[in-house]
Amino acid sequence: MATQHSRSAARLMMAPAVILLLGWMLVPLTMTLFFSFKKYLPLRGDSLGNGLDWVGFENYVRFVSASSFWPSVMTTLLIVGGVLVITVVLGIFLAILLDQPMWGQGIVRILVIAPFFVMPTVSALVWKNLFMDPGNGFLAHVYRFFGATPVEWLSQASLQSIIMIVSWQWLPFATLILLTAIQSLDSEQLEAAEMDGAPIPSRFIYIVLPHLARAITIVILIQTIFLLSIFAEIFVTTGGAFGTRTLTYLIYQRVLESQNVGLGSAGGVYAIILANIVAIFLMRIVGKNLDA
Amino acid sequence: MARAVTTQRKTINTIIAWTIGLLIFFPILWIIILSFKAEGDAIKTPIAVLTSGWTLENYGVVQERSDYAKHFFNSVILALGSTILGLIIAVPAAWSMAFVPSKRTKDILLWMLSTKMLPAVGVLYPMYLIFIELGLLDTRIGLVVVLMLINLPIIVWMLYTYFREIPGEILEASRMDGASLREEILYVLTPMAIPGMASTVLLNVILAWNEAFWTLNLTAAKAAPLTAFIASYSSPEGLFYAKLSAASTMAIAPILIMGWFSQKQLVRGLTFGAVK
Repeated sequence: MATQHSRSAARLMMAPAVILLLGWMLVPLTMTLFFSFKKYLPLRGDSLGNGLDWVGFENYVRFVSASSFWPSVMTTLLIVGGVLVITVVLGIFLAILLDQPMWGQGIVRILVIAPFFVMPTVSALVWKNLFMDPGNGFLAHVYRFFGATPVEWLSQASLQSIIMIVSWQWLPFATLILLTAIQSLDSEQLEAAEMDGAPIPSRFIYIVLPHLARAITIVILIQTIFLLSIFAEIFVTTGGAFGTRTLTYLIYQRVLESQNVGLGSAGGVYAIILANIVAIFLMRIVGKNLDA
Repeated sequence: MARAVTTQRKTINTIIAWTIGLLIFFPILWIIILSFKAEGDAIKTPIAVLTSGWTLENYGVVQERSDYAKHFFNSVILALGSTILGLIIAVPAAWSMAFVPSKRTKDILLWMLSTKMLPAVGVLYPMYLIFIELGLLDTRIGLVVVLMLINLPIIVWMLYTYFREIPGEILEASRMDGASLREEILYVLTPMAIPGMASTVLLNVILAWNEAFWTLNLTAAKAAPLTAFIASYSSPEGLFYAKLSAASTMAIAPILIMGWFSQKQLVRGLTFGAVK
C-alpha cells in the first residue's frame, strides 16, 4: 500500500525524533563513560581543557569498595522493595474495592488517585513538616492526644518514613492500573465460580489474581524504574542522612557535593546497568503487546 | 453487573471505600485547610486548627515575599513549552510509524522507550557541563529542551497508539481523492486525532510540571519553577506552616484539576499502551 515516495517521506518525518533521542542518549552517556575512567576533581583544578589522567578501572573499584556503597545498595533495595510491596498489595485491595458497586464511586476514585498529581517536592516537604514534625506535626499532636511521646519520624524511623511518603505517592498509580485491568475481567466467570460454590479466597486466587498477573508485572517494572531514581523525596527530607542514602543519592553527592566526577560517573555507570536489567524485562512485555 | 446487589452490601462498600479514600486524600485536604489559617493557629492541635478563624493573608504574603508569580510563570513556560515542542517533533514521527510501518518500526519504538529508562543521575555531570558550556544553566530554554527530551518517548508512544486506532482506509480514500500529504495530515488526520492529542498534551503537562530532578539541579534563581521554589522552603525560618501550605496549594491545584480529567490517559501513557 505504501509507495516508495511515502516511505522516504516517512523516514524523513521520523528523523528529528530519532536524531534528538539518539543525541540525548549517546552524548551524555559517552561523557559519563569517558569520565568514569578518568581522575576528575574540578575543585582541584582538573578540567577537560587541561586533559584528564586515565586511571583505568580505579573509580569502579573505589566506588564499590567505599564504606558507603553497600549501605546505599541496601537502602535502595529496602525503599524499592518496601514501596513495591505496600503499593501492590494495597493497590490490589483498592482496585477490587473500587470495582464494587457503591455510591459516589467516581468521587472516591478521584480522592484515591489525587496524591499522584502532587509534585514530589511538595509531598516530601508537607509530610516532613505538616505531618512528621515531632513538635507541631499532625502525627505528633495525635500521639500527644493519646498520651504517647511523638516519634521523630525522619531521624528515628527515617527509612520507614520515606517508604511511607513514596508509597503514598505511588499507591494511586498501582491502584489506577490494576483497576483498569480488573474492569476488563469477565464478571460471568466470577459468577459461575460463585454458583459452583467457590469461596471468596479461591475465587481471588484462581480467577482475579491470574487475570491481574500481567498488570501487576507492569506495575512492578515501571515503578521499579522510577523508584530506583527517586531524588526529590530524599533531597528535601533528610538530604541522605539517617541511613536514607540511596544509590542515586550517593552518586549525586559524589558528583555535585564532593565534586569527584570520575568516581560519581563510575557510580552512574553502575546505576545505568542496574536500570537496564529491569528495563529489559519491561521491554519484553511491552514488545509482545505491540505484536498483538 | 448482572446480578442484583443488596443495598446492605452496597452500603458497606460505600462506607469502607469512602473512609479509605478520605484517608488517602487527607494530607492534601490538610494542606488546603492550613493554607487558610493564621501562622499562629496552623501549628496548634488539629481540633484547635479546625475551630480557629479563616484567613486569606497567606496567599498574599507568599506572593509578596517570594515572587511566587515568577516561579509559577516558569512552571507554565516549562510545562507548555516542552509539550508543544515535543508535539511538533513527535506528531510526524508517530504518524509515519503508525501509517507507514516498516520492519524496524517496532524496534525503533522500543528503543525510544529505552531512553526513558536511563537514570538521570547517571548523566548528571555531563548535562551540567553541557549546560555551562552552552550557557544554558538556569535558563528556561535549556530546561524546556531537557524536559521535552525526557518526555518525547512518552509523547511518541501515546500518539502512536492513538494514531493506530484511526482506520487507514480513510487516509487512503483521501489520497485517492488527490489530497497531498500536507492536506491529508491537516484536514483528515488531525481532526480525528484531536482527542488523542489532547490527552497526550494533558499527561505531558502533568509530567513536566512535576519533574523534580533536572529542575532542581539545573536551575537557580532565574529559571526555577515551582518544584525548586517549594524545595527552598525546606530550611525554614520561624513560623511557616500556613505559608508553605498556601504555596503548595497553589502549586498543586492546576495539576490536580488536570489530573482528574486524565485518569484514563494516564494508564495508557504510563504503561506505554500495555494496559488499556
